Amino acid sequence: MSSVASVHSLWTVAAEVPGRIPAPHIEYAQLSPTLIVFGAAVLGILVEALLPRRSRYYAQLALSVVALAAAFAAVIGLAAAGFGSSKAHIAAMGAIAVDGPALFLQGTILLVSLVAVFTFAERRLDPAAHHKPVDSFAAQAAAVPGGAAEQAAVKAGFTTTEVFPIVLFAIGGMLVFPAANDLLTLFIALEVFSLPLYILCALARRQRLLSQEAAVKYFLLGAFSSAFLLFGIALLYGYAGTVTYAGIAEVISDGAKQIDPALAGTMGNDALLLIGSALVLMGLLFKVGAVPFHMWTPDVYQGAPTPVTGFMAAATKVAAFGALLRLLYVVLPGMRWDWRPVMWGVAIVTMLGGAIVAITQTDIKRLLAYSSIAHAGFILAGVIATSEDGISSVLFYLGAYSFVTLGAFAVVTLVRDAGGEATHLSKWAGLGRRSPLVAAVFAVFLLAFAGIPLTSGFAGKFAVFKAAAQSGAGWLVVVGVISSAIAAFFYIRVIVLMFFSEPKPDGPTVAVPSPLTITAIAVGVAVTLVLGLAPQYFLDLAGQAGVFVR
Amino acid sequence: MENLIALLVAAPLVGAALLLCGGSRLDRAGHWIGSLFAVASFAIGAALFADMLGKSPEHRALHQHLYSWIPVGGFRADVAFQLDQLSMTFVLLITGVGSLIHIYSIGYMAHDDRRRRFFGYLNLFLAAMLLLVLADNYLLLYVGWEGVGLASYLLIGFWQHKPSAATAAKKAFLVNRVGDMGLSIAIMLMFTTFGTFAFGPVLASTGATSQGRLTAIGLLLLLAACGKSAQVPLQSWLGDAMEGPTPVSALIHAATMVTAGVYLITRSGAVFNAAPDAQAAVVAVGAVTLLFGAIVGCAKDDIKKALAGSTMSQIGYMIMAAGLGPIGYAFAIMHLVTHGFFKAGLFLGAGSVMHGMNDEVDMRRYGGLRRYMPVTFVTFGLGYLAIIGFPGLSGFFSKDKIIEAAFAKGGTEGWILGGAALLGAAITAFYMTRVMLMTFFGEKRWDPEEVHPHESPKVMTIPMIVLALGSVFAGALFSVNENFVRWLEPVTSFAHGHSPLSATAVTSATMVVLIIGVGIAWAMYGRRPVPATAPRGSLLTRAARRDLLQDDFNHVVLVRGGEHLTRTLVYLDHSVVDGAVNGTAATMGGLSGRLRQLQSGFVRSYAVQMLGGAAVLVAATLLMRGV
Repeated sequence: MSSVASVHSLWTVAAEVPGRIPAPHIEYAQLSPTLIVFGAAVLGILVEALLPRRSRYYAQLALSVVALAAAFAAVIGLAAAGFGSSKAHIAAMGAIAVDGPALFLQGTILLVSLVAVFTFAERRLDPAAHHKPVDSFAAQAAAVPGGAAEQAAVKAGFTTTEVFPIVLFAIGGMLVFPAANDLLTLFIALEVFSLPLYILCALARRQRLLSQEAAVKYFLLGAFSSAFLLFGIALLYGYAGTVTYAGIAEVISDGAKQIDPALAGTMGNDALLLIGSALVLMGLLFKVGAVPFHMWTPDVYQGAPTPVTGFMAAATKVAAFGALLRLLYVVLPGMRWDWRPVMWGVAIVTMLGGAIVAITQTDIKRLLAYSSIAHAGFILAGVIATSEDGISSVLFYLGAYSFVTLGAFAVVTLVRDAGGEATHLSKWAGLGRRSPLVAAVFAVFLLAFAGIPLTSGFAGKFAVFKAAAQSGAGWLVVVGVISSAIAAFFYIRVIVLMFFSEPKPDGPTVAVPSPLTITAIAVGVAVTLVLGLAPQYFLDLAGQAGVFVR
Repeated sequence: MENLIALLVAAPLVGAALLLCGGSRLDRAGHWIGSLFAVASFAIGAALFADMLGKSPEHRALHQHLYSWIPVGGFRADVAFQLDQLSMTFVLLITGVGSLIHIYSIGYMAHDDRRRRFFGYLNLFLAAMLLLVLADNYLLLYVGWEGVGLASYLLIGFWQHKPSAATAAKKAFLVNRVGDMGLSIAIMLMFTTFGTFAFGPVLASTGATSQGRLTAIGLLLLLAACGKSAQVPLQSWLGDAMEGPTPVSALIHAATMVTAGVYLITRSGAVFNAAPDAQAAVVAVGAVTLLFGAIVGCAKDDIKKALAGSTMSQIGYMIMAAGLGPIGYAFAIMHLVTHGFFKAGLFLGAGSVMHGMNDEVDMRRYGGLRRYMPVTFVTFGLGYLAIIGFPGLSGFFSKDKIIEAAFAKGGTEGWILGGAALLGAAITAFYMTRVMLMTFFGEKRWDPEEVHPHESPKVMTIPMIVLALGSVFAGALFSVNENFVRWLEPVTSFAHGHSPLSATAVTSATMVVLIIGVGIAWAMYGRRPVPATAPRGSLLTRAARRDLLQDDFNHVVLVRGGEHLTRTLVYLDHSVVDGAVNGTAATMGGLSGRLRQLQSGFVRSYAVQMLGGAAVLVAATLLMRGV
């Protein structure tokens, strides 16, 4: 046989063996929450392309609200059908878990997103540009700030209604993130929700340069951390020969059974496991904003349009902690003696770092950013507990915290002066005298952040600290309580500033919002008080949802 | 029948809610509504009493369990009522005298704009007081105890536009807090000792408990009683409490609320019987107060304050009797009831005098009023005869028994107590005769141009007449065949005391001191004209006018002491606590400022920090395995 023929036959043989790829079996009904949101996002793109500009806002708003409500209904339906408990299993060929924590977190994300979409759609705060109502987003995102194109767009009264499909894509990614059951799905979900967030951050109507700077920083650092995450995934694959959670966990606990010849040199090598898991953890810690991977948080929170900040601070945190929980409880329980001390350290520096640096902040959005870092530390304390109580306390904390955050940022959008939102703290002096209701609502949120009893913040903090203490990390709780005391200082300081300082003559005014923002704030207050006064029902709910499927 | 017990409390409570929440549309009918609910409560009480009389003495106690109030693990508090002979006595006294005083107030408060509110508070008081005496456990009793304290506070300060009334209300409230604290600690101690605070099991298991515990509980209960019943050393509020409207002084600060301490001690008899030290303290407090109050009563020119001193003194008799144990409980309660009649009558009489004298309270500006207010004179006079123990009237029977029981205590102690009681009786005769003479006899010391004394309307005089009838006949009725003692015996065990003196001797001695007291008063205020301005008086008189320096004592010891203590604490707070706190805060602030520098705004330095963080994370993870 000539060499030509042999080469030919090699080609033909290769062509003749169609490695019959089996049609994947997808449980569409069980994935319906995610699919509804993604479907609506795609429809939203079509709306942008096909509908006239004047009707896009209403169409997009209606589409988003309906999609999120339908997806939430689907989550409830799945939970009612028992997928949260007895029927929990792994769907979509091992890629997605449908279990209690996943459904609880998805429900939380959807509710938070629904409220966040209300703040996105607010059009009464900024004065109307040329008799056309405008929202918090740039008239034309692609126009150079201050350029002629921007001025023309503002004059024409454009608004960036693309934010609705963009945020729906982000939400879709967040729904997959805590449910991802293999590392590749995890990575893709991460990118699916991160990329829209980078864009959203750049869309502020006012202070566009600051906004764009924030977006670029977020993007660069996000890409950087994604690289670490991906590298970690590669190392873990090298260690276990698989990327599924269950498969890796099995290799960690029982050792490798079948050695893949291609990975003969690496499988079962503990160094790969340790380095790989550390890098994957780092990717997730970046998303939750834990010290020392938190640097993006204050800059991005400050620069992004405030509704986006609220959405990010609430929903991203829920999704990222959900993924972290699943990773630590499903993939890495076999090596918890390795990661627990490390995570203790991370939790401690996060709690203390966030609380201490927040003391000297002068911008309310940066203050809330550092507060979110400190809270990430508190939640980590619960995550590390490695008990069912730990899971349920974290779930409860995430639900409670996300509504407080969303409400707090919604209040920030209301306090305005000629330059837009008045975020410098000095301008908030005496707000309680001029607008007692707004100041009182903000005070409720601050008290919840500080963890004062009768607010959801206390119930959540108590739950995570209790779980941490029961798992033997008593001194972690001590540090947590000290950090809470430090944090209480700057929360209370804002309250003192609002109620016990003389108002300044050139102080900001409080804009009268539409029912959309009022709803968002009211929901925030209601959840804060209900979870604070009667937390037991929701703690039980979180407790029932606290078992991961493996 | 037991289902009616809750209605006793509910009726005035509904009245209070109606009157206090009803707003001004009830202004015109408020006093009738208030009185109606009081009378309704009395009617229910009377029906229950009739039912109780029809049963044999052992089966008279009724019990009603309403609902479980606080069921938490081993801690169980019920809202449940117990109506036995002791509670029944109080129910009839409270609702009976209460109804009369409600009716009297219709006239007395006729010209007050806030009359509806006044009746609302009175109803609230009735509800709380009934809850206090009907509770079947100490915790529910405590609710009533605090409730009467609140009502008392609201009513003393009813004329809140007068600074003196507002201050008096606050003083009463604060002094009572001291006593209330005793009660609350006593209840906690009971719970840790007995595991419950229901009367039944607590009082049944005193035999099996250490005496130290029981003494502590007893002393704390005594502290509570001292606060509520204005006994030494917590007596200072009662005189000032006379700032309240006179019907309040009659109902709350004479007939009912101030006797709550006697109820508490009698109800807790089993505790005191098993703790002789606590019992001795009770007797001492009673004996001291009965003299203390009597001496204060002698020096006061304000008719209500003179009567307040007398109240303090008479309750001292009751407390002393209750401290004597089974030989005294029944007589303490008997004196409490007769005192309820004649003291309420005396206060209503004083109110009637004030009503006719433009609210003048200084007896030196009275005189010769018997011709202008004949009904008031006669009813007040009967009350006077009753309180000094004139033979045949109520006070004679009840006080005589107490003096007898005091002697029966035995030994030196018995002689001292009996002597104190006799001395108290003499002083009582003296100061009451003084009040009587200064008010109704002698020459006019008021200006006929300005003051036009007149008899009060019927709505006021009728309750006075009814109370006067009680002052005359109640004692005899109770004493015939030892009616009262036998009525109470199933609840408050009874034992006959064995006095070293015969009953006749005690009675004769009482008569002698009575005559001496009246005689001295007659010599001082009857034969000679009473000066319109008070003479300087002896050292004792001057001290007694200042309530025997009780406020000065409180000021020096408690207020000054408290001030010094606070100052020391403030100093420590500033120098030590604040120093540490501010130091920490400054350190944190400095640390914060330094850590802030890391946030440079340059994305390149952020990336480097992240890289460093990742390196540390990886190294730490590897290190963990290495260790």
